[in-house]
Amino acid sequence: MREKQPDRRRVLAGTAGLALAVTLRPAVGASLPRTETTEDAIRRFAGSARIRPGRVALDLPPLVENGNTVPLGVTVESPMTPDDHVRRIGVFNERNPQPNVVTVHLRPGAGRAQVATRIRLADTQRITAIAEMSDGTYWSGSADAIVTLAACLEG
Amino acid sequence: MPHPAPAVFAALLLAASAAGAGEIAPADRRSGFDQMGAETRAIQRDDTANPGMLAVADGAELWARPPAAGAPACADCHGADGTGLRGVAARYPAWDARSDRPIDLQDRIRQCRRDRQGAVPPAYESPDLLALTAFVALQSRGEPIRPPADPRLDRGRAEGRALFAGRMGQLGLSCAICHDDNWGRRLGAAAIPQGHPTGYPLYRLEWQGLGSLQRRLRNCMTGMRAEPFAYGSPEFVALELYLAARAAPLPVETPAVRP
Amino acid sequence: MARTLINLPKTAEPGAVVTIKTLLSHPMETGFRPGPDGRILPRNIVTAFVCRFEGEEIFRAELFPASAANPYLTFTWTATRSGRFSFTWQGDNGFDQTETAAITVG
Repeated sequence: MREKQPDRRRVLAGTAGLALAVTLRPAVGASLPRTETTEDAIRRFAGSARIRPGRVALDLPPLVENGNTVPLGVTVESPMTPDDHVRRIGVFNERNPQPNVVTVHLRPGAGRAQVATRIRLADTQRITAIAEMSDGTYWSGSADAIVTLAACLEG
Repeated sequence: MPHPAPAVFAALLLAASAAGAGEIAPADRRSGFDQMGAETRAIQRDDTANPGMLAVADGAELWARPPAAGAPACADCHGADGTGLRGVAARYPAWDARSDRPIDLQDRIRQCRRDRQGAVPPAYESPDLLALTAFVALQSRGEPIRPPADPRLDRGRAEGRALFAGRMGQLGLSCAICHDDNWGRRLGAAAIPQGHPTGYPLYRLEWQGLGSLQRRLRNCMTGMRAEPFAYGSPEFVALELYLAARAAPLPVETPAVRP
Repeated sequence: MARTLINLPKTAEPGAVVTIKTLLSHPMETGFRPGPDGRILPRNIVTAFVCRFEGEEIFRAELFPASAANPYLTFTWTATRSGRFSFTWQGDNGFDQTETAAITVG
């Protein structure tokens, strides 16, 4: 994740006393083509179903200290009963080499539709979570994260 | 090889000539923990979420297991659960009479492996050495760092202080320019910490694993375009002696989590 | 065997929703990253995680290179009866590991 990229973007602005610099983390393997578009990956998950915004909340730090390990929580509004529950949650990225982040399968016995994990973000981007409900409807939510580059990297 | 953005360091160097806050008084000493984002602090705080605890669990197993047939395990001398070593990590580096020099915690463990347990000492940065060191240091979590008042350590501490303050590398920077004079400001997007070794070995998100203080110091030296000292070198032990005195009385945090 | 840390309460009241946290020691090498010699390191990730209670699947996850090293997953379960959970991680290079943990409900 930390290899030097020729297209690293830099913004450098002076402040009193100490220069402020913001170095945005470059895309991992920016020269590699993406394996699949985000749209294609989402369609593989949801088929041709309509995906409505709502019911899905992401907990993602807006400013990421290191893209190698980013805490992510996803919560879906659902009573999680046998008649009305979340079947699957698919999480997708825009700018990693591969669009899938994680897919989880839930049962009504979970009690809550609430999961957490840690993900990699190769660059500043939007993360989208899509929930498939037991009635066959799909709902989505998203969150943006700014990924910065650590100042002192391994030599 | 990857390098930090040179422009960032060059700007810092220009700024440094006007700064000069000097050494940090004990009451003003702050762990880098305080400057991390809430999410990263939460990872460190919860032992069931802190990935550094995976290595601590490895260390507990190594602690209990004899390294060779007929050789004693760490637990045979120091107690099964390691709590007999409470406070020990907070006192290192310490004077080692046998080798007539200061010795840090990981070298003490390597020495024990070699001289008392008849084993090949684990290599620097090896998973085994990091795991054992993390397990031992965890026993001192929450204890204030308390460098020994041993005059034999004075020379090494003074050498460490000189290394900390002296400019090195192609950019002409020093440890002190960042961590004494500019802590709390930003280098790139990252907050500059005071640079206290309170949590080693620690889980650095950048490393995606556990690493030692010497690995971190080597990262810093590479950032300053200096040739890093070798693992286990007297220069590193001297720096560790000074850093411990400079950090006291902050509490031990091992295994800490840092960006 | 890779080190795992599994955290759940030892006991729970019937009907209580408990949180289960799992952590596995694994590099999750992405397959997109060059090694020291400049060549791409081969992918080595965990691709599937399953939690079962008394043999019945209660939670499953498909993992990708976008999962952080030392994968961490938390999920919930409504306490019904006492029994045993199994946790299975499977992945590249034949990685296949199962751990268990018990809970007393009542």
